[in-house]
Amino acid sequence: MPDSTFAYAPAPESVRPTLRPEYGLLIGGKFVEPKSGKRFDTINPATEETIASVADADAADVARAVAAARKALPKWMKCKPAERAKLLFRVARRVQERSRELAVLESMNGGKPIRESRDEDLPLVAQHFFHHAGWCDKLPFAFAGATARPVGVCGQIIPWNFPLMMAAWKLAPALACGNTCVLKPAETTPLTALMLGEILQECGIPDGVVNIVTGGPAAGRAITALAGKGVDKIAFTGSTEVGKAIAKSVAGTGIKLTLELGGKSPNIVFADAALDQAVEGVVSGIWFNQGHVCCAGSRLFVEESIHDDFIARLVRRMEQLRVGDPLDKNTDVGAINSRSQLDTIERFLQTGTTEGARKHEVSCTLPKKGFWCRPCLFTGVQPSHTIAREEIFGPVLSVMTFRTPEEAVQRANNTTYGLSAGVWTEKAARALEMSNRLSAGVVWLNTFNRFDASAPFGGYRESGFGREGGRQGLLAYAKLGGTR
Amino acid sequence: MSTTRIEVAKTLKLYINGSFPRSESGRTIPVKDANKKVIAHASHASRKDLRDAIEAANAAQVKWAAATAYNRGQVLYRIAEMLEARREEFVTLVRTIEGRTKSDATREVDHAIDRCVCFAGWTDKIAAVLGGKQPVAGPYFVFSMPEPTGTVAVVVPDERPMLAMLSLALPALAAGNAVVIIAPMSNAPLAIALSEALATSDVPAGVVNMLTGIRSELCPWIASHRDIAAVAGARLPAAEATALELGAAENLKRVCLFHDAPKFDDDAFWHSPFVIAPFVEIKTVWHPSAL
Repeated sequence: MPDSTFAYAPAPESVRPTLRPEYGLLIGGKFVEPKSGKRFDTINPATEETIASVADADAADVARAVAAARKALPKWMKCKPAERAKLLFRVARRVQERSRELAVLESMNGGKPIRESRDEDLPLVAQHFFHHAGWCDKLPFAFAGATARPVGVCGQIIPWNFPLMMAAWKLAPALACGNTCVLKPAETTPLTALMLGEILQECGIPDGVVNIVTGGPAAGRAITALAGKGVDKIAFTGSTEVGKAIAKSVAGTGIKLTLELGGKSPNIVFADAALDQAVEGVVSGIWFNQGHVCCAGSRLFVEESIHDDFIARLVRRMEQLRVGDPLDKNTDVGAINSRSQLDTIERFLQTGTTEGARKHEVSCTLPKKGFWCRPCLFTGVQPSHTIAREEIFGPVLSVMTFRTPEEAVQRANNTTYGLSAGVWTEKAARALEMSNRLSAGVVWLNTFNRFDASAPFGGYRESGFGREGGRQGLLAYAKLGGTR
Repeated sequence: MSTTRIEVAKTLKLYINGSFPRSESGRTIPVKDANKKVIAHASHASRKDLRDAIEAANAAQVKWAAATAYNRGQVLYRIAEMLEARREEFVTLVRTIEGRTKSDATREVDHAIDRCVCFAGWTDKIAAVLGGKQPVAGPYFVFSMPEPTGTVAVVVPDERPMLAMLSLALPALAAGNAVVIIAPMSNAPLAIALSEALATSDVPAGVVNMLTGIRSELCPWIASHRDIAAVAGARLPAAEATALELGAAENLKRVCLFHDAPKFDDDAFWHSPFVIAPFVEIKTVWHPSAL
């Protein structure tokens, strides 16, 4: 719509984060050069310009980080819980103070719209530290009747879709329970985690309690290879494929494992739903964060009687999405995180059409540089279609229909995944019963993509196991024993 | 000409609805230090001051309860930040008034600040610990959740008033109640310094009100006031405790005087959610569950 008389004027975010040209690995409280001697450039996916150079850790670097975490463990475990709490509260406050800078950096490095990093990611990051700070001295009430001890050194491998938020979701509960960590940010989005590393140091988190190793899949494999040999727990968020590989590699080591993996989550709209509200929910369900959301509502089930009306409303609303510069405050859909992810999405789009579904996409023009994908939806999708079964991790919605609530449940649950589900109906009894019957770790009734540090998040089946957030999330980071 | 500087003495007033009014009665009472020297004059709160404070508390409580638990947590944490900044002042007050050693006074003040941090962490966990979904034997979706009970009168004993005031007020505040604290006259300078810290933290006006007065005089009025939902107290003289419980029975306000409670420095007791439980109501919600 750039030619329209009513086109928006650009509204770019003006703050620029303080960045170093080069980042080392955070090991034992210092940023150190990688032993591997290797580095790589991290780019802005919206411009393909280099932002900074980061270290590419190899197995020796990871071993050094694990050793630093091991060394820091005894003292950190013995730190009085109420004192540990005060350190984590400081982190929450400092994140709040630096949230604008962090939000800009998150958008620069990952491609997500500044509106989302500013209003969704950063508040949740601060809240996660605040919430878990409060748990430090309350673990006896989280695990009634049992004594909670730290698990030990936690290897934490996180994805690129919510880089800082995932770092917070992993670190905050681990630290609250008295563990030490080796965190590996995703290859394409290491910068906010590194800035968080600086914040942790500013706040006085003792050296070696949090170590951050940047790198590619090899660095991740180096962490899981140390399972049972220095690493006592692995927490991974990412694809189901990699999750399965990790489960295999740690089998037999006896370590604790939590996996938060992919999804193909249903969003179910009944004829009695508040339709415009449901349209907004479907929009945020699939086009939030370019669809790079593990719990995205990527399968839309619409009650057959309202299909045409609902799709007409949805297409009209989709056309209003503003795609472009992630740092523009009016942008709804930013850049695809990487070239390789864009290639993956484009392959799925091709398959969708080949298999016979009909594509409707936003008609906007896309920037010349960077990685972009028009938000789109497919109608006429059959349950057997690839785009109805496999996780695309992009702004692509597959629409299907149902006739009865039972059929909606059956079709929604007909997947190997089980991360989230959405239900849109004005009948409260139906909404609640749907939540009982849907096989998903999170069910949103008349809303979608809501997160809170106090609300456990995680999946059923091949969406992984373990929960993050709330009392239940602490279980992943505590070793429970008797009252010894 | 003398080089001795004349110090500016503080007028001690009450703290009601975010302001510092004098007692409407116009009464003051001298406050003495550990050596019986008069160091200040405190406002002597009257029955009318109590009513004003309760009215303010009831009005403020609605919004305080409606704030998110996370928000309330941040506000309580802000109190700790403000107290930490005035730590030396509190230590000096505790030492001057009670004649205690510096290390003893410091220990109490630090403990009080840390207790604020503890309860800042409770706000968003009370429901997880005291509430839950109920597996009823029928097609219903049932959950029980804690809600604040309303305005809580906090009756502070003479011993260790810094720690006592916060130990008794924080659990009620964390759950979303407003409080009217009745502080002993003897410790009015401390109570008012605490009020000043509260006034510069992010606690909304009226959520915490502070009256300095004579406890035995105010107790029967607290007990019989219909707009007080609960009374918190501990380690009070038996006659005052009985007066509170007797009068409160009139409108069945909740009276929690922690009769068997250990001293205020016992974290295992005073940091537990069971000091919050007396100041919440459990509401159970039923809804049919059917496709």
